[in-house]
Amino acid sequence: MSVTIENPRSPYTRPRVGGLNIEKWGWIYMRVSGVVLVVLIFGHLFVNLMLGTGVHQIDFAFVGGKWSDPFWQWWDTIMLWLAMIHGANGMRTIVNDYVRKVQVARVLKVALFASAAILIILGTLVAFTFDPCPAGAPADLVASFCPVS
Amino acid sequence: MSSQPTETQAPTRRRKPRPAGTLYRGDITGLWSWVLHRITGVAIFFFLLVHILDTALVRISPAAYDAVIGTYKTPIMGLGEVALVGAIAYHAFNGLRIILVDFWQWGTTHQRLLSWIVIALWVITMAGFVPRHLISVFTGQ
Ligand code: HEM
Ligand code: HEM
Repeated sequence: MSVTIENPRSPYTRPRVGGLNIEKWGWIYMRVSGVVLVVLIFGHLFVNLMLGTGVHQIDFAFVGGKWSDPFWQWWDTIMLWLAMIHGANGMRTIVNDYVRKVQVARVLKVALFASAAILIILGTLVAFTFDPCPAGAPADLVASFCPVS
Repeated sequence: MSSQPTETQAPTRRRKPRPAGTLYRGDITGLWSWVLHRITGVAIFFFLLVHILDTALVRISPAAYDAVIGTYKTPIMGLGEVALVGAIAYHAFNGLRIILVDFWQWGTTHQRLLSWIVIALWVITMAGFVPRHLISVFTGQ
């Protein structure tokens, strides 16, 4: 009986099981989202903290001005999705690195996933159902373009 | 008598062995930048959780939102925002460095230079941001 022995110098090839390599796509996602987030977050901080009177300008009327423009609604929503998934996936890496107990790690990862999902849905709803001129709101708290009631 | 050095052993200075060919040496281009990247990432993540909740107050009432966002304008929070922006700026520039090192051969062979560029960009960003922000926090302009 003859036995074939693999050439000992042949390079190691990973056994491929599934078609989709989740960890690889996670790695790529961290990098692609990171590049986009630099633009979105720096833009967010520049408009809110550097222009105008900086942090002092921020109030309900300021948000009313920004979110009556779809441009800023979409800007913030894309930033929300990208940052939340990037951050939660990064936290998952950290849990994998430090939490040795499988049960504890699983609980933490479920909590990460749940909080990311809930906050993404909440934030998206907030940005798109926002009403800059709520009925009965005092005129000095809302944007100047709101009709005086 | 037995512990006397023999004549054939030339006295040599003791050196810490340094691992060769690893990216993670204990200087700013390696381990420390990784630790800082991790700490800033966690800090930003927890800020973002709270920040989405405070922004959601716009759906409750203008007065509720203004009350909570008003705390962003106090001196203590103002200093906290300096720390937050410092963390973001570091994580962002260092993140771009990681990406360049991963995808670009030149970046892999010039890691030290890239790390100094990260530090320089961070200093420039903070030099632009900190005075402007503190003026807003302390004088309202
Ligand atoms: C500003 C743009 C950003 C860039 C360029 C960026 C870049 C990166 C990169 C490339 C990684 C992967 C590091 C690796 O695989 O070794 C990473 C990890 C991480 N990022 Fe970001 N990121 C940004 C924003 C954010 C934000 C907004 C958050 C939080 C919501 C965040 C939280 C994290 C966390 C927790 C990790 C995991 C750290 C680790 O594994 O040590 N990042 N970031
Ligand atoms: C001290 C610094 C910050 C201030 C004063 C601030 C202020 C604000 C304000 C006023 C809004 C309302 C909408 C708008 O202006 O576009 C907002 C929304 C938002 N901010 Fe920030 N922000 C800060 C830092 C950050 C950082 C570092 C991130 C990302 C990690 C971030 C992510 C977001 C997101 C995702 C929204 C949209 C939330 C939603 O759709 O409900 N912000 N922020």
